[in-house]
Amino acid sequence: MTAAVLEIRGLRTWFFTRAGIVRAVDGVDLEIAPGEVLGLVGESGSGKSITGFSVLGLIDPPGRITEGSIRFRGEELVGAPEARLRQLRGAHVAMIFQDPMMTLNPVLRIDTQMIEAVLAHRDMRRAEARALCADALRRVGIPAPEERLKAYPHQLSGGMRQRVAIAIALLHDPALIIADEPTTALDVTIQAQILYEVQKLCAETGTSLLWITHDLAVVAGIADRIAVMYAGQIVEQGPAAEVIGRPLHPYTLALLESVPSHNRRGQPLRQIPGMAPSPLALPAGCRFRPRCSRAGERCHEPPPVSMPEAGREVRCFHPCNRPPPEKTEAAPEPDRRISRPSSRPSPGAG
Amino acid sequence: MSGTDRTAATMAVETPFMRFARQFAESRVAVLSLIGLLAVILAAVFAPWITPQNPYDLAQLDIMDGNLPPMSESFGGTTYWLGTDDQGRDMLSAIVYGIRISLVVGAGSTLAALLIGCTVGLVAAFYGGRLESVVMRIVDLQLSFPAILVALILLAVLGRGVDKVLVALIIVQWAYYARTVRGAALVERRKEYIEAVRCLALSHGRILFRHLLPNCLPPVIVVATVQVGNAIALEATLSFLGVGVPITEPSLGLLIANGYEYLLSGQYWISFFPGVALLLIIVCINLVGDQLRDVLNPRLQR
Amino acid sequence: MLAYLIRRLFQAAITIVVMAVLVFVGIYAIGNPIDVLISPEADPAEIEAAIRRLGLDQPLWRQFLLFVSNALRGDLGTSFVHNEPALRLIIERMPATLELAVAAMLLSIFLGIPLGMIAGLRHDRATGRGIMAASILGFSLPNFWQGMMLIMLFAVWAGWLPSGGRGDTVPLFGVPVSFLTLDGLQHLILPAINLALFKTALVVRLARAGTREVMLQDYVKFARAKGVSERRVVLVHMLKNILIPVVTVLGLEFGSVIAFAVVTETVFAWPGMGKLLIDSILNLDRPVVVAYLMLIVFVFILINLVVDIVYSLLDPRVRLSGRAE
Repeated sequence: MTAAVLEIRGLRTWFFTRAGIVRAVDGVDLEIAPGEVLGLVGESGSGKSITGFSVLGLIDPPGRITEGSIRFRGEELVGAPEARLRQLRGAHVAMIFQDPMMTLNPVLRIDTQMIEAVLAHRDMRRAEARALCADALRRVGIPAPEERLKAYPHQLSGGMRQRVAIAIALLHDPALIIADEPTTALDVTIQAQILYEVQKLCAETGTSLLWITHDLAVVAGIADRIAVMYAGQIVEQGPAAEVIGRPLHPYTLALLESVPSHNRRGQPLRQIPGMAPSPLALPAGCRFRPRCSRAGERCHEPPPVSMPEAGREVRCFHPCNRPPPEKTEAAPEPDRRISRPSSRPSPGAG
Repeated sequence: MSGTDRTAATMAVETPFMRFARQFAESRVAVLSLIGLLAVILAAVFAPWITPQNPYDLAQLDIMDGNLPPMSESFGGTTYWLGTDDQGRDMLSAIVYGIRISLVVGAGSTLAALLIGCTVGLVAAFYGGRLESVVMRIVDLQLSFPAILVALILLAVLGRGVDKVLVALIIVQWAYYARTVRGAALVERRKEYIEAVRCLALSHGRILFRHLLPNCLPPVIVVATVQVGNAIALEATLSFLGVGVPITEPSLGLLIANGYEYLLSGQYWISFFPGVALLLIIVCINLVGDQLRDVLNPRLQR
Repeated sequence: MLAYLIRRLFQAAITIVVMAVLVFVGIYAIGNPIDVLISPEADPAEIEAAIRRLGLDQPLWRQFLLFVSNALRGDLGTSFVHNEPALRLIIERMPATLELAVAAMLLSIFLGIPLGMIAGLRHDRATGRGIMAASILGFSLPNFWQGMMLIMLFAVWAGWLPSGGRGDTVPLFGVPVSFLTLDGLQHLILPAINLALFKTALVVRLARAGTREVMLQDYVKFARAKGVSERRVVLVHMLKNILIPVVTVLGLEFGSVIAFAVVTETVFAWPGMGKLLIDSILNLDRPVVVAYLMLIVFVFILINLVVDIVYSLLDPRVRLSGRAE
């Protein structure tokens, strides 16, 4: 992992609202290697999407990056001129959004929206650009792309629209794609298709993927590594199989226990007690402390990031060191199958 | 923000009106506008005591003082701050008296239209059915035509006079309130407290005016505020066009119209100052209305 | 789409019938039609002839049929003052009013939309606040006084532009227009500005509200994420979404611009149908007033119809649902 595609250090993105300062992203460190799939997991409001938007420099006021560094292939993006960011957006760093109903402009035809994406970075004739767009649509499995190009977004289904968005993201073979919950708004069957599609295309082109989601099950299927985010900070980071098989942070453990699973049928699901803290009034010390069963006196101090094992990081004074109970009973086989990045997720991964 | 702890302390004992007043006062512009409006109203009420002359007492007018520019002195030695018109009338006095008529017509017609419109809207929303659809069709039809056109046609039929203008402005305005109140009442009607008072078998009139109406008031207040401004502007326009108030009771609009012919010869003050007064009144009303809308809106959405 | 069109046409027809009944009741049933429709200076023989022509000696329902059939033939009475068919008088003056109204609409669009978008994009800066303050002023300025002040500033003091009248006209497709001659254009500027200011304030507000809503949409962010230039994001992605509501509202407002032209035409002595209406009201020339009323009702209904159709053509979402019906 010497030449990371993306290297985020100490990123803070704050929103200066009338009610106070919202510390949406508060000291995030991340790294993505070429061709790697990193799953960024967290509840809504944990700051995971803001982290993604920060990379592209797409933070709307009153928010701004107050501190930290974002290096893309060694180039510093924080404070980079808008013109440079614009060159990178779409061409080298692409993004896929959550809701395909909202990401395509309803009053512009698909071809308008795709061709402008081509012409923003390449000097070519419209007819050539159009052919390129048709190819891109074909690549994501859209039949009759010439016809689809002439359609308006509302004439396509949700899954079809998300494919269009993915096609747009892949237009320039970017080095990194940031996917912000791209399957959440879709039907389960289509989720699996899209998941498979993105994973395959990224593997083909060697594109790195930052997959932002709240759904551990989804990310388990495709990520090489997982970073868990809570209240603006990364609380745990490590190889996907290990984080899921043997979580270190109490929050990760709690998240895993709240996911319905085959092996616990008939048992009540565990809930995480309490609510995610308001980003306006974060607790002092460890931010998970008020909801944590393991919290002690020390947790009133901010916990440092420790590396208990090679390749794993955790922000906790009392890391757990046991696998989730129900996972021990399950055969280890399915875990490994899920964690192998090159394997296809089973259609029922959702 | 030194006020935060103080507001936190008063929060516990704050009445709804106090909260409303505090939120309203958050905009300094709106407060200034409100003060300005109150000053104008007071000036209009006490016009005979504060103006230098009674502009309609012909004995006090001196034709020799006609068309004097602002700040000039009369034969008698008094200063005409805003100049005089062709009759030798002090413009300042004429404006204060004109505001009287403009305010009476504007506020009076709004009030009457409010009463009529609210009643019609409430009844329509409460009883529903064919009555409602007929009433609302009429409202829609009338509102699809601009107010000035409706008023012009009415006055073409009715003739001139303060009373005629009042009638025309009431007819023009009632539909706004009928629509606003019905919209609000339709939402309120489905709420549980109306079901509850219905179960108490109270008389319909009591349900309508004691229970339903108060809860529909916030949007009506906003519309009414802005409408007072519109009514004043409309009256002025009609008077300017020559179909409004008669020459014996000149409103601001008529004063401006009187200066029209002198404008071309450069005697601007006869039209200019009444217009400024009119503009200030309408701006103040609109600013107050804007702030009212902002303050009352969150409660609507609740 | 076709079913929708037929339904809209049907509604429009009903509105016209209702308005015809209202006007008829107003003149014939409530007022005294002899006073309203026959010149007070006519001698008894003329009155007798007119009564017979208008069928005033017939029962009320026959009078109504006669009124309708006359109206359908374009006969809405004869002006006392000009001694010409009222409808012809109005239609002669219509091009002047339409020219003024169209010029004002164009002005308010080309001034209001950019200003409103700037105010929306910079809503928390001084520019945005300044534009909004100016729009409140634009809303509050009494139209006739504002016109007089324009005359005072640009005609009396500066002497740059004429204070009133229409200036030279040249026929364009047989219709006299003034915007093609320099003199006509000079006469058009002030009245058009005067008529446009209020609507401009309205457009500024609409465009600002639209901009503030659209700028938060995902598709704007997505367009930026594609690397599309800021210029294109604003001028294509945002503008096209804002245009739909603004154009719809403005289209509906076209009728009110024509109605408000009454004031502007009076101030600037612009020889349009609004000035004719005021003159007719002041001269008690009631047939012209009645004819104006019927015509304006017709124009309004036509405008509403056209706006609905144009709206459905502009917004692809509406277009589709209309077709699906």
